[in-house]
Amino acid sequence: MPKDSEQVLTWKIAGIAGGGQQVAGLIFAKACARGGLYTFDSSEYPSLIRGEFVTYRLSISTSPVSAIYQPNQLLIALTKEAYEYCLSDVVPGGAILYDSDKFKVEAKNVRGRKVFPLPLKTLSESAGVKPIAANILAIGATTALLKYDPDIVKRTLQEVFSAKGQEVVAMNLKAFDFGYHYAQKEFDPAAFPFTLTPAKKRGSQILVTANDTVALGAVAAGCQFFVAYPMTPSSSILHNMMNWADETGMLVFQPEDEIAGIHMAIGGMFAGVRTMTATSGGGFALMNEALSLTAVTENPLVLVESQRPGPATGLPTWTEQGDLAYVSRAGHGEFPRVILAPGDASEAFPLTGLAFNLAEKYQIPVILLLDKYISEAHESIAPITQKFTVDRGARLTDAQLTKIKEYKRYLHTTSGISPRAVPGQLNGIFLANSDEHDERGYTIEGFQGPERVRQVDKRFRKVSRIHAELPKPMLIGPKKAALTFIGWGSTKGPMLEALKELKNVNYLHVSAPWPISEKVMKTAVSGARKLVAIENNATGQFAELLRGATGIKVDDVFLKYDGAHFFPHEIIAKAKKLG
Amino acid sequence: MAIQKDFLTDIKPTWCPGCGNFGMWTALAQAYVSLGLEPHQVFMSFDIGCCGNGANWHNVYGFHSLHGRALPVATAVKFANHDLTVVAIAGDGGGLGEGGNHFLHASRRNVNMTFIIHNNERYSLTTGQTSPTTKPGQKTKTALSGAIDEPLNALQLALTAGATFVARGYSDEVTHLKALYEKAIAHPGFAVVEVIQPCVIFFDDENIRERYKPKLHKLEDEKWSPNDRQAAYVRSGDWENIAIGVFYQEQRPTYESHMPQLATTSLLKQKPKQDISRLMKQFQ
Repeated sequence: MPKDSEQVLTWKIAGIAGGGQQVAGLIFAKACARGGLYTFDSSEYPSLIRGEFVTYRLSISTSPVSAIYQPNQLLIALTKEAYEYCLSDVVPGGAILYDSDKFKVEAKNVRGRKVFPLPLKTLSESAGVKPIAANILAIGATTALLKYDPDIVKRTLQEVFSAKGQEVVAMNLKAFDFGYHYAQKEFDPAAFPFTLTPAKKRGSQILVTANDTVALGAVAAGCQFFVAYPMTPSSSILHNMMNWADETGMLVFQPEDEIAGIHMAIGGMFAGVRTMTATSGGGFALMNEALSLTAVTENPLVLVESQRPGPATGLPTWTEQGDLAYVSRAGHGEFPRVILAPGDASEAFPLTGLAFNLAEKYQIPVILLLDKYISEAHESIAPITQKFTVDRGARLTDAQLTKIKEYKRYLHTTSGISPRAVPGQLNGIFLANSDEHDERGYTIEGFQGPERVRQVDKRFRKVSRIHAELPKPMLIGPKKAALTFIGWGSTKGPMLEALKELKNVNYLHVSAPWPISEKVMKTAVSGARKLVAIENNATGQFAELLRGATGIKVDDVFLKYDGAHFFPHEIIAKAKKLG
Repeated sequence: MAIQKDFLTDIKPTWCPGCGNFGMWTALAQAYVSLGLEPHQVFMSFDIGCCGNGANWHNVYGFHSLHGRALPVATAVKFANHDLTVVAIAGDGGGLGEGGNHFLHASRRNVNMTFIIHNNERYSLTTGQTSPTTKPGQKTKTALSGAIDEPLNALQLALTAGATFVARGYSDEVTHLKALYEKAIAHPGFAVVEVIQPCVIFFDDENIRERYKPKLHKLEDEKWSPNDRQAAYVRSGDWENIAIGVFYQEQRPTYESHMPQLATTSLLKQKPKQDISRLMKQFQ
């Protein structure tokens, strides 16, 4: 592993969009996982398909790694622009491999960083491989420099490319060997201080994003219908579901727009089939009217919103936690809803299972709130073995319905939950009505004010029971600390990494940021001496919601809204300043 | 065997006296009876408007959706449980204005369901504003000097977008309309039925329905054969010599028939496959 006290090695490849760096980077991540190492990756890319600047970063460690690190030990710069933009992140003693067929760097050493020319075009030509394999050639050079086991990488290449045929496998192996031997011969790997050593104990691992685990979670929860209009960064959920449809038997459907998407999700659930939809902030904005519709009809809904920076089109391929306040209030009128905000891919799986159960049990909308960072960052975790207990809520059987003299879909109950029938059942006929309605679903007017009040109260009566089922805030780090950060969703990963270094600091992770229980939150923060909200937005939205719901006022906020997620070293620096 | 009153709830209709909706409601209930359907086998989704208020007195599984959103809900219910007979109802505002995009895409998709468009050329429930089908020159609350835009023609849109059953009825021709509904519901694919329903309140002409009658001609009397899309396009565009009946019908595989997931039983009857162990292989 990395020399000295450093626990994490970060590798970065930067070039132009469409050049295949992300694919190559993921292959290297898989090769690390096959060596028993833990990885976390992150891509930065513009909103286009070809050209312009992209980066792929990979943080590697012998222990689980939950965030991407900014300082990197090894950089592969495929263009001059990439070299100039990324140079400052390379640590002293680190190395830069650059494509010397594209540009020249005269110095062999830039402020303590070794600079190695890697003529990718020349090498590809002499290897007789296609230009696209140049990335794999660079992986070969990387492997030599880090003194990693080349057989593990080659095995990975074989497995990844086997579906594309033997010719593709052979070409990539050849490219890898060329890069590997070139670096061994030209770069003097012995002088490079950072190494990667396969772990002795190697459990099997999967490299997944939160989008992947949400998709897996939906399948495991018995979702049979998935409907979504494409929108970055939620689209890979749709792609996964499409790819798996033959295996899962799920009906996967791309509608004409997000408005149709959410109404179809409502229709699917109404008909008794577990259904999910996914979008980002802009698509969610189009869906708002139907959030209100699903609430008044007390119809279950599971909706994924993966945030990206707004307003409007914003920074479409970057990250932010800018929609929490909006999602907590979206839709006309007043109605209960639940927001679940997983901090990482591992947490996204069980929370997806919970989302379906809560939606059906309480007949409410449940929103899984992700963001670009965790929707697209691959984290290495153990294969998922958890099985869900499916709770379809109060659903009436045909036999139960025949015993009811007059079925009332919106019956007033002490829990606020009224048992459901689904279309096709004898004796279960009812109207799901977007108008305010009576117990049978028929339209009422303000002349029947008391019934209106009873229906509103019935819907809100569910909330106290919902609170009891939501995951409690999780305190990570020492029980007592001088400084307590409080955050939700994707700030968890960088916080976990920062806590490895910080001593007198802990983190309160909120994975169910709405609704907020005053009792739960007051207990959770009772031990905090100095409470600081950490959020990937400009206004401290959770801190504001928390204050409104409980009166708890944080002592300070640590906010970031430049399109990037937090890096561990930024949190460490902030904590030192505050502490 | 269900009878007509089985399809009616005990709620008293709130439509204006003399409204064409009464005849259309009767025709639909009679069509369900003729087709041998039971109320619980039918799902109807409703738009907002006078037609949508009818959700309260149709005794079937109902979903009174938002404005423009009857079709997406109906589509999903059909996907989830294709054993149901699915009928969506909208007005000219919801069907062609607010929900116009859904109408175009439902037409090209060809899901097996029926879409009934109540065309009264006005937003009547909201007191008579201009709608997408208001004729140029007609004065409304929101077209004080007369409507300017060309009216949309629901059937021409449906034909252009790929609907496989395209028909028009008239609200006062109840027996004729019942037969149209029966054919539409029996048609395996997306069936569009536009029903001309001059609003008795907002046309400023209490004899409007009488005035329409002489202009109406049954396609059956013209020995019309409903298999020429272009001829149907031309004939359905004639608003002087207005035709009612089935303009066009073709047999094209439904959307559902392309879905292997629905080949055996409905999604509702299937047991979900929850095992993810094989799916995880791609992430290794």
